[in-house]
Amino acid sequence: MAEAAAAFGVYRRLVGARIRSQLQYRLSFALSVTGVALVTFLDFAVILVIFGQIDALAGWSVAEVAFLYAVSSLAFALTDLAIGHLDLLPRMIRKGDLDAMLTRPLGSLFQVVAADFALRRLGRVLQALVVLAVAIALLEIPWTAGRVAMLVVMVVAGAAIFAGVWIAFATIAFWLVDSMEVANAFTYGGSFLGQYPIAIFGAWLRRFVIFVVPIAFVAYFPSLYVLDKPDTLGMPAALQVASPLVGAVSLLAGWLVWQNAVRHYRSTGS
Amino acid sequence: MALVELEGVEKSFPIWERHGRVRRRRRIVRAVDGVSFRIERGTMVGYVGPNGAGKSTTIKMLIGILVPSAGRVSVAGLDPVRRRIDVARRLGVVFGQRSQLWWDLPLQDSFDLLRHIYRVPFGRWRANLDAFVELLDLAPLLATPVRQLSLGQRMRGELTAAMLHDPELLLLDEPTIGLDVVAKARVREFLARVNRERGVTVLLATHDLGDIERLCSRILILDRGRVIYDGELEELKGRYGYERTLIVDLEEPAPPLAVPGARVERVEGPRQWLRFRRDDVSAAELTAAVAERARLLDLAIEEPDVEEIVRRIYVEGMAGEAVTPAT
Ligand SMILES: Nc1ncnc2c1ncn2[C@@H]1O[C@H](COP(=O)(O)OP(=O)(O)O)[C@@H](O)[C@H]1O
Ligand SMILES: [Mg+2]
Repeated sequence: MAEAAAAFGVYRRLVGARIRSQLQYRLSFALSVTGVALVTFLDFAVILVIFGQIDALAGWSVAEVAFLYAVSSLAFALTDLAIGHLDLLPRMIRKGDLDAMLTRPLGSLFQVVAADFALRRLGRVLQALVVLAVAIALLEIPWTAGRVAMLVVMVVAGAAIFAGVWIAFATIAFWLVDSMEVANAFTYGGSFLGQYPIAIFGAWLRRFVIFVVPIAFVAYFPSLYVLDKPDTLGMPAALQVASPLVGAVSLLAGWLVWQNAVRHYRSTGS
Repeated sequence: MALVELEGVEKSFPIWERHGRVRRRRRIVRAVDGVSFRIERGTMVGYVGPNGAGKSTTIKMLIGILVPSAGRVSVAGLDPVRRRIDVARRLGVVFGQRSQLWWDLPLQDSFDLLRHIYRVPFGRWRANLDAFVELLDLAPLLATPVRQLSLGQRMRGELTAAMLHDPELLLLDEPTIGLDVVAKARVREFLARVNRERGVTVLLATHDLGDIERLCSRILILDRGRVIYDGELEELKGRYGYERTLIVDLEEPAPPLAVPGARVERVEGPRQWLRFRRDDVSAAELTAAVAERARLLDLAIEEPDVEEIVRRIYVEGMAGEAVTPAT
């Protein structure tokens, strides 16, 4: 416990320093937050265009799909905020930043995560929150304590799922420099898949998002519970509340993959 | 038990070499090829070798950054890979070519962060910081962001950063690279003091023999991943014709000076290069002898290149023979 508190203290200091230097340039910070929010609205516009052609998507109304979209985007945006700079891992390796981290008495993943905090990507979080608010206003959700709790839990668990996947795929950088396209295909691609009811996918893709890269647990399954919708796929009802477990497993898997990868780290020949 | 122990340590890197446009061939680079040595507490050891000899690779294995391909590494009795965090608490590390400090932050902030990262008790940290700020004249630089410091200023910051948590072992990888004469002297003076006054064990990797002159009595010479000499610096000088060079600037061009104990290797206008061995003549005697024969404007003394020493060790056919067993 004392360990965790001390680690959090160090995290706060390291990240605090990064945030202070980002806020030094207030105008450019404000512009980039707004810019990100606007660009991500275009992303949502795709869904509206689809619904211009049809009324429902595999039994999901436009408001329900907006709900899926918002939860998935929000979880992804939070992960992006905290660990999106894992995209820079190849550069950290090349420049020797990782070597410097490995000389310090802290975990390497912890230090890489604490190396930045992309406050400027806050725009994505804001956009997701707006869509979520609109979706909830349009839907008549039969609120219970369980459903309210699940709404919060699914966002946190979803962020954990994305984080585990992101960390695991970022480690490709330990073997291949300039490998981030592959990793991004899974993370950004995963967040895209998470925005749709998985019932519209083919059988293979569906299995993939349930068992391999468990994006279905970010929004689809817990939303069935929150929105009180019947599962047209007839999967076990337990899956609808399994997200926290899947999130924990995903994080653990990401951490294990990272630990293994660091053992294969070969530094740079300066 | 010695503070540092290496036994038959190897590290090889597979690399892919291009052959023609598409074909690539795998080749193994043996960066460190069977290195064994021990370092006792409180000593100061020079780890010398030409570029690519394997110095940095050895240091990275001592830190636990790289996993050895074979052999055993131990620091304070611990395996640096499996116990990296415990080892890190006992280590101070300075890489000449990359910074350990936070680029965008003022120097002072880096020192504050390190206090929390190493969990140094406040009083201890304050006392150390005050001592090093005084010793290295850092006070005027504390508020400056690291990226605005000159290389020499930054290196003073790096040395302080490496010492704030009272490490038992200080590992330095080419700490004087790119520094001017004054800044180099300052780094060397600092290392001598922390070794003498704080009993810190120092391993100094360098390809500049000037770094270890008067600093390290023991020297390990590494070439192509192997230790080819492990012994006293003085003995090395005696055995392998360790020749230094006195460079003199005379008032006007002169024919090569005839000075006992030295021979003129090169003449360029008023500048002459005189090679000499310490056993034959001291630098002071030589300078006096030169001054008798011509009017002297300026002078400098150069240590031999590592490359030259390495070559001589091979020429004398004593590589291997000179290596004292690491026990
Ligand atoms: N990460 C690496 N990948 C591939 N080759 C490397 C790597 N690190 C070092 N080498 C190679 O190993 C040899 C020794 O390198 P190094 O330990 O950096 O030598 P030094 O520090 O003595 O100059 C060199 O040939 C170098 O190119
Ligand atoms: Mg090196």
